[in-house]
Order: sequence, then C-alpha cells, then structure tokens
Amino acid sequence: MDLTLKIWRQANTKAKGKMVDYKVTGVSPDSSFFEMLDVLNQSIIEEGGDPVAFDHDCREGICGTCSLYINGRPHGPDSGITTCQLHMRKFKSGDTIYIEPWRAKAFPIIKDLIVNRGAYDEIIQAGGYISVNTGGVPDANAIPIPKVDSDTAMDAASCIGCGACVATCKNASAMLFVAAKVSQFAHLPQGKIEAKRRVQNMVATMDELGFGNCSNTYACEQECPKEISVSHIAKMNREFFAAKLCADVKDI
Amino acid sequence: MSNSLLKYASITQKISMSLLGLFLASFLLVHLTINLMLMLPDGGESFRAAAEFMGTNPFIMVFEYVLFAAFFVHIVLGIILWMQNNQARPVAYAKANVSETSFFSKYMIHTGVIIMLFLFLHFVHFYFAKIGLVDASATYMFEGHEHPDFYTMAIELLKQPLYAVIYILSFLALGFHLNHAIQSGFQSLGLEHSKYTPAIKSISTIFALIVAVGFSIIPVFFLIQG
Ligand code: FES
Repeated sequence: MDLTLKIWRQANTKAKGKMVDYKVTGVSPDSSFFEMLDVLNQSIIEEGGDPVAFDHDCREGICGTCSLYINGRPHGPDSGITTCQLHMRKFKSGDTIYIEPWRAKAFPIIKDLIVNRGAYDEIIQAGGYISVNTGGVPDANAIPIPKVDSDTAMDAASCIGCGACVATCKNASAMLFVAAKVSQFAHLPQGKIEAKRRVQNMVATMDELGFGNCSNTYACEQECPKEISVSHIAKMNREFFAAKLCADVKDI
Repeated sequence: MSNSLLKYASITQKISMSLLGLFLASFLLVHLTINLMLMLPDGGESFRAAAEFMGTNPFIMVFEYVLFAAFFVHIVLGIILWMQNNQARPVAYAKANVSETSFFSKYMIHTGVIIMLFLFLHFVHFYFAKIGLVDASATYMFEGHEHPDFYTMAIELLKQPLYAVIYILSFLALGFHLNHAIQSGFQSLGLEHSKYTPAIKSISTIFALIVAVGFSIIPVFFLIQG
C-alpha cells in the first residue's frame, strides 16, 4: 500500500504546529497502524529528521495510552477499538490519512501527537476512590451484589481513560469519562460514604479544568473503544441532581 | 483555565436548560391549538375568544411573565453554554469530525437563534400591539372597548408570501430543535430507562413533527385560500 500522511507536527506545548505531508510506500495491509508509523519514523530517523512523537504503551487496547485522531475520528475508522488495535487493511492504497492529536483546551499538546491527559488524573483525585477499612483482608463475596449491578459497574469500569470521548465531542466535554467513573461506584455498595461528595467534586473539577458541556450528541458513545453507554451520563446526572437537592451539610 | 462565564456546575446548567425547555415545549401545544382556530370557518369567533381569554385571565396573565422569564433564561443560558463549549476547543481539527451523531443535536444554537429571531418578530407584530407599544393594524369592539383584532392581524400577515415563508422556515427550525431537545432534556434530567427511552425518542420526533407541520399548514391554508 502507498499512502500520503498528513501529520500534525508541533515541537512543544508553546510552539506553533502545522500539518506536514509524508509519503509511505510498500505498507503491508496486515500491519497495524502503529507499525506503519514505526516504518515512517524509521525512515525519518535515517534521513536525520525528528521522528513523529505519538503515545502508545500496551499496544493491545487495554492501557488507554494511544490517542490518535485519524481521518476525523478518534482511534480511526473502526469502532470499538483503540488506535493500537487498528490495522492498515481498513485503508486503501492511495489514501490520504489525516493524523492529529486530541484537541481540547484541557488536553494541551506536549509534542506532535502527544497530549497531556493529566486533567483526567485530577478528576480522579477529586473523588474517584472509595474508603476501605484497614486490617484483615475481607472475605470474598462477603458483600452480596446483584449480578445486574456488578455487570453495569463493570461496563462502566471498562473505561481506559483514553480521552476519545473528549476528542470527538463537539464541545470537548468529558461527561462520558466522568460518568463512567461516577457510575462504576454508584452501582456498588462500596464507596457509598463519599457518594454525594464524589459526584459533586468530580463534576466541579471537570468544569474547572475547562472541558465543555454535554449537548447529548452521543458522539462519545460512538467512539468509545470500550463502547461505554451514555446511560451512565444519565446515571451521573441523577446522582448529581440528588446530591445537590438532598445532601447533608457535610457532603456539600 | 476554568469556564468562568457562569459559576454554576455544567450539569446544573444543563438541568436548568432541560426544565425550561420542556416547559416552553408544553406551552407550544397551547399556542398551536389556538393558532389552528384561525382556520375555523367561524369568522374568527373562536380565535378571538381564545385570544381574549389568554389576555384577560389573571392566572394566564401571571403565567405570561413566567413564560417570558423562561424564554429569557433558556436563551441566555443557551448562549452561555455555547460560548463555554467554543472555549473548550480553541484549536479546531484539520479534518472535520465524522463521528456518527444525531444530525440535529449539532445545530441547537443555530436553530435556536432562528427561533429567537422569529420570536422577536412575533413580539413586534403582536405583543407590542397588545401592550399598546405600537398601534394595532386592525381593531374590533369588545364589551364597549376597542381591542386589537389579532384574528385579522394574523391572517393579514400570514397571507403575505414573504411572511409565510419566514413563518414556515422558523417552524421548520423549531421542529429540528425540538426533535433533539425533548429526548435530550430527559437525558439531562437523568430520566433514562432501558425500556422507555426509545419511546421517548419517538415521542420527541412526533412532537417535533406535530409542532412544525401544525403551525406550517396555517399559512399554506391561507395562501391556497387566497
Ligand atoms: S497502547 Fe494501550 S490501549 Fe493502545
């Protein structure tokens, strides 16, 4: 396969970036998208240039590190996968492929295609935890949880925090991410002590960091590599509403 | 970094938008019912009676101010949300987003602005005449007093082809707005249900169709009638 790549190049957070054209030839349709980029980088290095910086770690869709906005979609043209799971057979020889970083005020670019997603860590620090007693290890299954609840909590917990929801949202809203993190606890008996504070603090932090508001376009659900449902957003809205309306003074 | 245009949580703003929007949508049905009376072959008797009732009933007169306040806050909040959302992505993508989404959801501010402009026109034509800010173009005698004749005024306006086109386009925009708005309002309020949500989405579309088609047939009726 022969391809034209249009890639965002930016030396650092402050520098002005631009789209740069590259040609890659002889790409195997069986290679992964990252292998194709590795080949490109190898040739850039051999020519004495600066290789394209992009985030990746596990390369098997579990860590949430990879984050490329490919041809107008986060994680590229396939659904339910991360960029590292994307294969070149999804493209045709002769295609032009646009490769850009996530674009959001809350995710500043570090270099080229790498953005700083520390904002997500700040949201987690604001409430994405539960209180547990110290001491002996509790018995497994000591707290019975209905199967539907544990399944729903697990669906929410499958969020890998990649940021595709923010990247695709026309408002760069982090609602699906925050909703998944709130909802995974809201469905379980653990973590009830801080439930009301959790949702308020996490939403407040999300707002402070400069993410946009949710317009219910549901693009996030379409692009989430873990296919997390927007019903978790409704769940968070309920949690938030309830916390605002009937919290104790200590929970405000 | 913060979106400090308004110091309310994003979800609080969204919930307010939803409650106000759903309230405004419910009023549309009342207005539509009255407007449809324009087409009754009774020389405007029922329409005038309805307009008289709306203008003199003390409960409705108070309700009118609640309605204006709801419109005002819904519009202002909508603009604030739009500005905040624009700030959240200062640098646009080179390749525009192609994620599959509901088409109308992306144009709420645009359809909203069209509706707002129409609302302004509507105020100039009718509300200003009602409160005596401008002279009514037609009047009739009711209980010994001269009243603005909204029946004649409405028909005169609707018979003008240019106004009819503006009217129909505005209600088309309102239909697009409502199609997303109703189901979106339920989602923002957290009223989401694995069984009922698909029904709410259908009701949203049906409601939008009723409003858009219901209002639009009136100028068409008068244009055909000549
Ligand atoms: S690199 Fe880990 S999910 Fe893609």
